[in-house]
Amino acid sequence: MRVYVHRFSFVAIYLVLYFFGASISATAPSPKVVSLNVCTDQFLMLLADDSQIISLSEISTDILSSAMAAEASKYRQNNSGAEEIYLLQPDIVFAGIYTAKATVNMLESLNIRVEKFEPASTVDQIILNMQRTGELLGHTDRAKLLITNFESRLAELTSGIKNKPRAALYYANGYTTGKNTLAGQILDLAGFSNIASEVDIHWGGTLPLELLIMSKPDVVITGTTYPGSSRSEEILKHPALKPLQLVSSTDANWVCGTPHILKAIEDLQTIHPDKMSIK
Amino acid sequence: MKLKVILIILLTALFIFSLSTGHAVASFSQSMTALYLGDGPLGTVMREIRLPRAMLAILVGASLGVSGAAMQGYLRNPLAEPGLIGVSGSAALGAVIALHTGFATYVWMGLPIASFSFATIAVLVLLLLAGPRGSSLTLILAGIAVSALAGAFTSLALNLSPNPYATSEIVFWLMGSLADRSFEHFWLALPFCLIGCLMIGSTGKALDALTLGEDVASSLSISLTNTKLLLVFGVASSVGAATAVCGAIGFVGLVVPHLLRPLVKGKPSTLLFVSGLGGAVMVLAADIAVRVILPDRDLKLGVLMAIIGAPLFLHLIYKTRSALQ
Repeated sequence: MRVYVHRFSFVAIYLVLYFFGASISATAPSPKVVSLNVCTDQFLMLLADDSQIISLSEISTDILSSAMAAEASKYRQNNSGAEEIYLLQPDIVFAGIYTAKATVNMLESLNIRVEKFEPASTVDQIILNMQRTGELLGHTDRAKLLITNFESRLAELTSGIKNKPRAALYYANGYTTGKNTLAGQILDLAGFSNIASEVDIHWGGTLPLELLIMSKPDVVITGTTYPGSSRSEEILKHPALKPLQLVSSTDANWVCGTPHILKAIEDLQTIHPDKMSIK
Repeated sequence: MKLKVILIILLTALFIFSLSTGHAVASFSQSMTALYLGDGPLGTVMREIRLPRAMLAILVGASLGVSGAAMQGYLRNPLAEPGLIGVSGSAALGAVIALHTGFATYVWMGLPIASFSFATIAVLVLLLLAGPRGSSLTLILAGIAVSALAGAFTSLALNLSPNPYATSEIVFWLMGSLADRSFEHFWLALPFCLIGCLMIGSTGKALDALTLGEDVASSLSISLTNTKLLLVFGVASSVGAATAVCGAIGFVGLVVPHLLRPLVKGKPSTLLFVSGLGGAVMVLAADIAVRVILPDRDLKLGVLMAIIGAPLFLHLIYKTRSALQ
């Protein structure tokens, strides 16, 4: 018995030392960070102290893809090049898992810690990403608060939905997204059923214009068109779409799995029959 | 006469076939009824998606067929084809510039006007370089240069566009497609294509006379300058407008006159008309084929045309190589 206790305490001490030691060697108490991805940019702005953020990605200030473009303008932007990032000497680099592999590998071989984030497409993943960012930045309490607020607002928004109008997400080139994507999740949380599921599109795919018309959706949700003209976007102005209700709604809030999807859901619910009366 | 009747019957059959081809699941009789009476979604599909597509295929095919026959007749060279010698490419450049500078949005008929202007420049440059007799070597070399330049500038203009989709549309402009074109496009192209074809049609007699040589033609009181001007503006107008809405579809003007020439005993004036019908048949058939072969992929018309046309082009070069040497 005594031997057992002794061994146990040894293991416990070892574990404590291991974790404590690891956290000391890996990060300073309030690490300085650089982000290479428009979504991790937002997590940093939401959770880090101003002094912790050395620089954000270049598109963090692009109003078409960044939900926090205005806030981002007070930070330095980087071009996501390995050389530039290395010279900034960050404690941690935040990147998406699809961020240029060459850059990430180069930074890692230069002994820069790179934390890669999977793009979140579900509520659970969004919460996990917030938790992880909070832990990495040394702001777990802040992350907890952010998650609680996010969850309660989400519960508010998703309550009281009785009908599920049929909606189609329709973008340039006749592209649509299904239930497994972030846009599909937003649509579902806002209380719409996605017609992509009816034609077996669960991720993303082309929905021929003819099929869109034939499936008679209650509403067609499209994105903001980019400046300059393109044939790809011309399909959104096709005369055949005239009999349908067209809403241009998908914007920067739809791009990243961050608490900003709440704004996307809110915007979308302005046309939801069960939510319109509340407004 | 018999040839014209056959082509018209073929065209009508393909037109109906084209109207019944698409993603929406509906029986033939349902679709045809919906075309006239349908208020529901099938009516919209028939009238706003399939009908303009089929009509545009005919318009574009006819324009390209007539233009090819006219250029070959005038230059007395079987290789003269709007797509190959860069007229379509230049028209596409004009269209891209008009679309991306806003000229197409703010000027009435801006899109076809721009592509017409660029096509005119291309035809004039080619005639200038190739000379009145249109020797194969100079024509083809000048055509390669004009095509390459127009293609490069089209790509450049699209690469510089602030629109992220523009770059992927280089393929559309260089290869052509009728997918999801609407009546807006049809009405935009129609006046230019019609006027162009009429101008070309009016040169029929002159082209017939030219087969006997320029001296004979002059002695028959045919004005070569007038013929040339009518052809330049006619080809630029019809090819320009067709390209402005559908991108550059190559080889139609090469294959169609080549196949039909023996059937009209080489008479250019008759060839013009039957080439118009033949071009319409060919583009309509190709547009049905791209929807049947790869319905979900928006296969470009130019790809199919090149598969049919390029071997023929090589064959023609082989035949005319003595002239090239």
